[in-house]
Amino acid sequence: MSNIFCEVSKYVMIVLFALYTYECFAVFRRKHTKEQQNIIFYRQNVWMFALHLDAYLVLLDQTKNWGIILFYGIQVIFFISVIVNYKVLYKNASKLLVNNMCMLLAIGFIILTRLSVERAFKQFGIAVAAMFLALVVPFMIKKIRFIRKMTWFYAVIGLVALGVVAIAGAVSYGAKLSFTIGGITLQPSEFVKIIFVFFVAGMLHKSTEFKQVVITTIIAAAHVIILVLSKDLGGALIFFIVYLVMLYVATAKPLYFLGGLASGSVAAVIAYAFFSHVQVRVMAWQDPLSVIDNEGYQICQSLFAIGTGGWFGVGLNQGMPNKIPVVEQDFVFSAISEELGGIFALCLIMVCMSCFLMFINIAMQLKDGFYKLVALGLGTTYGFQVFLTIGGVIKFIPSTGVTLPLVSYGGSSLLSTIIIFAIIQGFYILKESEGKRNEKQKTGKQTGISTKTGKIR
Amino acid sequence: MKNKKPENKQESVQKPEKSVRNREFAVITYCFIGLFLCLMGYFVYFQIEKSEEFINNSYNSRQETFAEQIIRGEIHSADGEILAKTETDSEGNETRVYPYGNMFSHIVGYSTKQYGQSGVESWANFNLLRSNAFFLEKTVDDLTNQKSIGDNVITTLNYDLQSIAYQSLGEYDGAVIVMEPATGKILASVSKPDFNPNTVEANWEAIVADKEGESALLNRATQGLYPPGSTFKIITALAYIQQNPTDYTAYTYSCTGSIQKNESKLNCFSGEVHGNVNLETSFSESCNTSFANIGLNMNLKDFTQTGEALLFNQPLPVSKLEVSKSRFSLDKNASISEIMETSIGQGKTLVTPLHMLMITSAIANDGLLMEPYVIDHTENYEGAAVKTYEPVSYGELMTIEEAQVLQSYMQKVVEEGTGSKLKGMSYQAAGKTGSAEYGTNKGDSHAWFVGYAHRDDKEDIAIAVIVEGAGIGSAHAVPIAKSIFDMYYRY
Repeated sequence: MSNIFCEVSKYVMIVLFALYTYECFAVFRRKHTKEQQNIIFYRQNVWMFALHLDAYLVLLDQTKNWGIILFYGIQVIFFISVIVNYKVLYKNASKLLVNNMCMLLAIGFIILTRLSVERAFKQFGIAVAAMFLALVVPFMIKKIRFIRKMTWFYAVIGLVALGVVAIAGAVSYGAKLSFTIGGITLQPSEFVKIIFVFFVAGMLHKSTEFKQVVITTIIAAAHVIILVLSKDLGGALIFFIVYLVMLYVATAKPLYFLGGLASGSVAAVIAYAFFSHVQVRVMAWQDPLSVIDNEGYQICQSLFAIGTGGWFGVGLNQGMPNKIPVVEQDFVFSAISEELGGIFALCLIMVCMSCFLMFINIAMQLKDGFYKLVALGLGTTYGFQVFLTIGGVIKFIPSTGVTLPLVSYGGSSLLSTIIIFAIIQGFYILKESEGKRNEKQKTGKQTGISTKTGKIR
Repeated sequence: MKNKKPENKQESVQKPEKSVRNREFAVITYCFIGLFLCLMGYFVYFQIEKSEEFINNSYNSRQETFAEQIIRGEIHSADGEILAKTETDSEGNETRVYPYGNMFSHIVGYSTKQYGQSGVESWANFNLLRSNAFFLEKTVDDLTNQKSIGDNVITTLNYDLQSIAYQSLGEYDGAVIVMEPATGKILASVSKPDFNPNTVEANWEAIVADKEGESALLNRATQGLYPPGSTFKIITALAYIQQNPTDYTAYTYSCTGSIQKNESKLNCFSGEVHGNVNLETSFSESCNTSFANIGLNMNLKDFTQTGEALLFNQPLPVSKLEVSKSRFSLDKNASISEIMETSIGQGKTLVTPLHMLMITSAIANDGLLMEPYVIDHTENYEGAAVKTYEPVSYGELMTIEEAQVLQSYMQKVVEEGTGSKLKGMSYQAAGKTGSAEYGTNKGDSHAWFVGYAHRDDKEDIAIAVIVEGAGIGSAHAVPIAKSIFDMYYRY
């Protein structure tokens, strides 16, 4: 009996997630009124809670661990309070972003509960704490206007934090990028990502003259080099791309972007020639099966999982995702693809894409140049990280060892991503309330941009 | 139109600075949408095209868990014989049974708990352990806690051809492999010495210890590397034709039974004297001295290239089958004797029977090589097709004109040359014999035959035969090929 339930649930979950994903994009249709949009967002919540319930019923049925039901109940309360709180505290918040954040967290909780209940608990605890923090962020953005003034402070803090890890972290963890204080393991690069974006935005918003660009580039390069030295290739790549994107948008000079890409490629070739750990990754990417005993082991296990799962998955708790080393972190996507199916995994990519599009959409609607750049930078950070992690585990690109934001296990990653979402929400709320004020003034002039790009909440 | 343009310009001038700056945002957005689409595209590509290679990998431990819920499916020949099945006794113990014992030992392989799988059992492991039985039935199995019945794998193998090939090879070591040039279907594949898959698990230690040095587990048809002997003259002739496309027919040579250049000397087989020969008669008579002469007059780089175009020194394009890489090279430092030896298929050149078969098939198929395959389709235990494997074309190994010249040469071998035992049958055969010397004893040789046969009412078939240490090809390999052709064209 339990087998049938598991089997049927597999398809039910795919359908629910597909519906959810469809509405992520359907909501962008121009003809929708605000009321219609709100109905769609409400429906998305229904799909999400149904999927979440079904998944936990399967997990309960498979593990017979009744404690899971309690855990499930607490999660439901958590999600409801997140959704309600945003609604009450920030009337103008983007509901799509809130929904996507909850959906991704829910998928993360489901797969982590399946992989390791203990880690799922931990992850949940961090999510709750992070959400409290995040609720304050939009408020702070509205009130504290001097965040744009602390440009050099960001650079110093960022470089020091990365430097400390490069030196102290290297001793104890090798290529790992964290250090432990009082039992809490921190991965500073996750947070430096955020302040790095603030730094670059501050610099380039002030001026885009050549001298300013050179100075900014030097500081940005310093970040990247420290990360390369501490062997965090994924991190280095994210900082690099984020900087190029921000530089290009701030200066509107494609040459900067292309030149940057070219020099980055040269640097990559040099890195390949000199660093054996780079060669290993490339080798494991080119033909993992030929080096399956060593370098290719992890990626092969990941591809076994994805391949065996096929389009519909083998069902929650039916596969062997724990065969993949660090499956809860960098390879969580493979576990999802194996057990919940390839269609589910494709939907997951699309939900991540929907988040990214929403970030950029908000950036485009903002009027303040500094906020615009910050939103763009954070959006790029998010989008590129998703690309790196999923591309790595499906062998589209060499694996760089980064996490899937909001889904992967890992406190620093979870906390920093929730903060990123909150900052963007803060900007959106700011813009929305400004827009309302303008409407009230009724100057007869059109506000131009908001009509052009279409407002989406 | 013309009136509108200036208006547009004015508009863009008047627009606030921000809309200009949003253009960059749009560029970035499209770049990232592109990245995400590539990501999804690759994921889809992986699932459709690449995933099977990974699923079936023997390192994929997920396969084992399926065995707990599924009774391993059967393996059938294309003509309906059961080649492997699982029997369950009253206590629920499962035994894998191979009704034809040693006959299919390498190609169908074995499936054991302790030592894994080989052959079709290994390549189709995943398919055999999946059940596409009717949904309701699986539900009932599930409710009653019974195992479902796995899917069956239908091979391209033909029982009659496998059986006659197995018998004809007799007590000799060696290999016989047969395929359909137009599709790449492997119809028979025999390798000896063999083993009994029914008892392989019990006898494992003895088989692996291999006290007599016979490597019984090795599939000689696909992995055995042999000197090609005179069958290699196909490649030498093709290289000469490619290097002299207009006047290769004008080639003449006067065979005196031996050829000497500097210190190096080479004889025709058993000192025979062929007299005046052209390219065609050199081929059909298998004149060693003439081919040594051809080799000495060729551009060696182009010769090597011809070999590589025929898939020497690279992995063969076959899915599933485990194959060895054939070896052939001649560079400018090659000695005179090395060039002469290599041109007649001795020297350092090594080839697998499957590879010679693929070259022969391409010739029979007007130059186009079809990738060999052995799994035709899978079906659920009631016979409803699940997945069908279509023939895959690899591409042209040579032009149609070149293939047709070689066809006529190979027909001549049967009409007037070393393959005359195949003359005057209901089918039109063509081929090339070989006697590949090995080891240090002069005269010890493997008997080779590669060829194909045609009759209007049936698909052509191609064959490669190697009989280890039997002697000359025309006497020992050709009769085996004949018995298989006779069987295939018996009605």
